[in-house]
Amino acid sequence: MKSPSSLQEASLPVLPVGPLAQSETSQEHHAIWELLETVTDPEIPVVNLREMGILRAVRQGLQGLEVVITPTYSGCPAMGQMEDDVTEALARAGVAARVITQLAPAWSTDWMTPEGRKKLRAYGIAPPVKNACTAAGSERVIAFAARKGLGQADSVPCPQCNSENTTEISHFGSTACKALYRCLSCMEPFDYFKPY
Amino acid sequence: MASYQDYLLHLADNALILGQRNAEWCGHGPILEEDLALANNSLDLIGQARMLYQHVAAVRKDGKTSEDLLAYFRDVPDFKNYTLLELPHSTAILPTARGDRDYAVTIARNFLYSGLMVQVWAALAASTDTHLAAIASKSLKESQYHLRHAHDWVLRLGDGTDESHRRIQAAFDYLMPFTQEFWTASDMEAAAVKTGAGVDVRVFRPEWEALVSDTLQAATLKVSSSTGFVTTGKHGVHSEHLGFVLAEMQSLARSHPEAVW
Repeated sequence: MKSPSSLQEASLPVLPVGPLAQSETSQEHHAIWELLETVTDPEIPVVNLREMGILRAVRQGLQGLEVVITPTYSGCPAMGQMEDDVTEALARAGVAARVITQLAPAWSTDWMTPEGRKKLRAYGIAPPVKNACTAAGSERVIAFAARKGLGQADSVPCPQCNSENTTEISHFGSTACKALYRCLSCMEPFDYFKPY
Repeated sequence: MASYQDYLLHLADNALILGQRNAEWCGHGPILEEDLALANNSLDLIGQARMLYQHVAAVRKDGKTSEDLLAYFRDVPDFKNYTLLELPHSTAILPTARGDRDYAVTIARNFLYSGLMVQVWAALAASTDTHLAAIASKSLKESQYHLRHAHDWVLRLGDGTDESHRRIQAAFDYLMPFTQEFWTASDMEAAAVKTGAGVDVRVFRPEWEALVSDTLQAATLKVSSSTGFVTTGKHGVHSEHLGFVLAEMQSLARSHPEAVW
């Protein structure tokens, strides 16, 4: 198990998380991070919420401890389940903490940890290959959507045989966050977790 | 008197009504992949609508307003969505059967709407309303994929068989006049622009028109004329179709008010 600071460094490159003032608080927070290691994505049970970048912070709020999570896709039906799972895990361990859903900054697949990506791959889901487009310039947005310039299709290596000779079958797979791909070398179809 | 809340409702109603329309394909998609694609597209849109309705409820703070109240207990004149988004999936004025659904209309509409929304969300990501900005940053990522999906299909249908070419052309010919409504002035948009929380959608027109004409040309289609009657859905004056959409969408919530799973 990593120390809380390295956990946060690994999973929270974007959020400004201030240094913890008291070591007592820090230990309590560390224990919660560890506790929540067991809470996995309901759709992809091999990765936990920290590895997905969904678990954003454990912090001291005005009304006690707060666990902050952020939604993935706006309509993701798994979000309610994740919130319930976190609440239940906390309650089971006797920890009094509120679960807070925070929209900003918007979740990005860039926040998935390297270990999370590795686990996705081993599970048969190709992890996002390039960083999500964070620049909000509408020209870039349109280029992406129309597959022009910077928006050209990614080359996604097959999670089974590693071949880069793969092709997209459909933008939307079994869930909104995944596209359906096929490997032209080993002929296996696979899910691709789209950059978001 | 139109207010900023009306502007938020306009954004939310657009997403909800198109989400409801696209969900009609669930279980009826032309191929399995498209069935899944449209269901996922609807989930995104309904999710966006929910966040916006929750925001309106939080702004109102009257203890009564909830996302459910806004989605299920308002009537036709209260909805502020573009008329374009409530039309059936058909070029016939009065489709009489489910079989009249035409996937080309679905694709053309999703293309026209998401081509606008990628620009709107990108700009709203810098809104002075930080909560709206957060919703916009998320919605932008989703609209990008919706546009990419629709764009690919416009090319495929336009440059496909004679039948697919004819149908996607007819879909654009039918829908383009409804896009005039995007660019008309409204009090709620003016109110939102004034506070810095909203954006003037008219500034996106040149880029939107370029996207439409580039794509249609690449798809070997003619750019349809967008003249004629200007619809008024965002002012609450709708086509005859919205009532049917609401009747289906709201019937469960109205039959069993405050029911929970």
